[in-house]
Amino acid sequence: MQSPDAPLLEIRGLEVTFAAARGRLEAIRGVDLEARSGETLGLVGESGCGKSVTMLAVMGLLPPSVQIRGSIRFRGMELAGRPQKELAKLRGASIGMIFQDPMTALNPVLTIGAQIAEAIRIHDATVSARVAAGRAVDMLKLVTIPYPERRALQYPHELSGGMRQRAMIAMAMANEPELLIADEPTTALDVTVQAQIIELLRRLQATHRMGLVLISHDLGIVAGSADRVAIMYAGRIVERGAVEDIFDRPRHPYTRGLLASLPKIDGQATRLTAIEGSPPSLTARPSGCAFHPRCRHAVELCAAQEPALRDIAGIDVACHRAELVADSVAAPSATAELPSRPNATA
Amino acid sequence: MAETASPRPTFVRPRWATAPVTAGAFLVLFWVGVALTVQWWPIDNPVAFVGTRLAPPSVTHWLGTDALGRDVVSRTLHGAQYSLPVALAVIVSAVAIGATLGAISGFLGGLADSAVMRLVDITLSFPAIMLAMAVTASLGPGLWHAAIAMIIVSWPNYARLMRAQVLAVKEREHVEAAVAAGASAPRTLIAHILPLCWSPILVNATMDFGQVVLLVASLSFIGLGASPPTPEWGQMISEGAQKFYQWWIAFGPGMAILSVALGFNFLGDGLRDILDPRTQ
Repeated sequence: MQSPDAPLLEIRGLEVTFAAARGRLEAIRGVDLEARSGETLGLVGESGCGKSVTMLAVMGLLPPSVQIRGSIRFRGMELAGRPQKELAKLRGASIGMIFQDPMTALNPVLTIGAQIAEAIRIHDATVSARVAAGRAVDMLKLVTIPYPERRALQYPHELSGGMRQRAMIAMAMANEPELLIADEPTTALDVTVQAQIIELLRRLQATHRMGLVLISHDLGIVAGSADRVAIMYAGRIVERGAVEDIFDRPRHPYTRGLLASLPKIDGQATRLTAIEGSPPSLTARPSGCAFHPRCRHAVELCAAQEPALRDIAGIDVACHRAELVADSVAAPSATAELPSRPNATA
Repeated sequence: MAETASPRPTFVRPRWATAPVTAGAFLVLFWVGVALTVQWWPIDNPVAFVGTRLAPPSVTHWLGTDALGRDVVSRTLHGAQYSLPVALAVIVSAVAIGATLGAISGFLGGLADSAVMRLVDITLSFPAIMLAMAVTASLGPGLWHAAIAMIIVSWPNYARLMRAQVLAVKEREHVEAAVAAGASAPRTLIAHILPLCWSPILVNATMDFGQVVLLVASLSFIGLGASPPTPEWGQMISEGAQKFYQWWIAFGPGMAILSVALGFNFLGDGLRDILDPRTQ
């Protein structure tokens, strides 16, 4: 047995390298992460920063040609380099995964009930087909799908997007996993449905004491449901800590930029600030800190040396100028130059 | 005033049920029906000498008699009992072999893929009829030897088709989701990939059916398939070809081959329209 406070999932020094025609592409360059039981970890970043690749590496779902280095421990058991056969026993049983697009992530030629029942029977062949079908209906009830008996007999195309995502969650929850990985579970859904799905995930996480890894590029969703947050940029973690610390006082310029680009319901209505430029491609990563070409605080050191994660007042930040960034007033240059809104001058 | 346009219940014809498809379905049904029931029809014995030799079409022998005085209509109808089962056996075996190898090849990739695809390339590099002739000749003439030859020449198409389908379907997200749910490799292939791969195979098999009937007849025509006195269509045409002025001897089996091939082609077209959402 492991000690009770040991993390459920512990990733240390994870590096993922894709072999490409023009050399090797480093998708993940040293990621350290932890997810604990009964806790939600928000993994945030722009498209292509490596959020999903990190979690696919955990699940062992990356193609065999991909090189994975570092350690991935689940309940203290090393997953990296474990044969697919053993990983398959964990997948769907101890670690569940929810995909982004419920349109495409369900098998179009099987009924919802059959797919959930299959997920159960894959891991426990002693369950009869009849019992599994009954449990599938129970799972649909658990994810608050109305008329679960009828829905179980329907095909994915007969359900709405939100309903399908609930069915996906039911499938992932069928074996009561200890860790649930949700890869942008609400991106493909309407805003009103998004809230319902997030609420459902929160409820399931609380009642089942699961660890939940919520991958998202939506800071709003993460702020509302995560306990801890890790911000990723260009294959590394740039900031990591408790959700309230990071949202109150972000220390990495990238996190600040992300937060400044969100509209606020309180406070004064200012123009939204965008982070200039776009994330670097895998083939042309800047020297030093990968964010420095887009960073307003960048100095020479930033282009020369890649900053390591360091602890500043309880938050891990990878920035040479973190102290200065945290003390600076929110986005000075961006707001100062903008004309004030008409109704403010009137 | 009584309503002028009373809503009458009308049969709404599905979009795919065009005239050729319907005709094809009827032709196929007719010949399948003939093959299944012809032995109980009140017609002449196909191998008995029932009339004058080389008699022209008449009331008693609608398509006349052949060089040995056998009824051409009866022989033509009985021919369905040879051509259709042979074609069915060929198609089923070729699909079974081709689809299995193609699915494994597409799913596993790597060495298995290369091996299967090179085998396919080699087989396809010979003209089908030549290869079929060579194989039949080396096995010795006979309807079932011809069938084996045709299986050998027709499985590669199904292997290619299946491989392409599997390659496309295995990249879909629901397959990844199945793997993420813990499904083993064989289970992923059988339950989550293959059920989405069948439609082009089915369409092609239907179309090939007519081709195989034609090929069986061709092999029999050159003396590599059925041997006399079997009322096999190619064999009958071969006999008729020697009697230039007695056109009716080859006419019966000729029309039979034509209508079976046409029927299956039309039916295949219709199936494609039903199964392939892109053509709608």
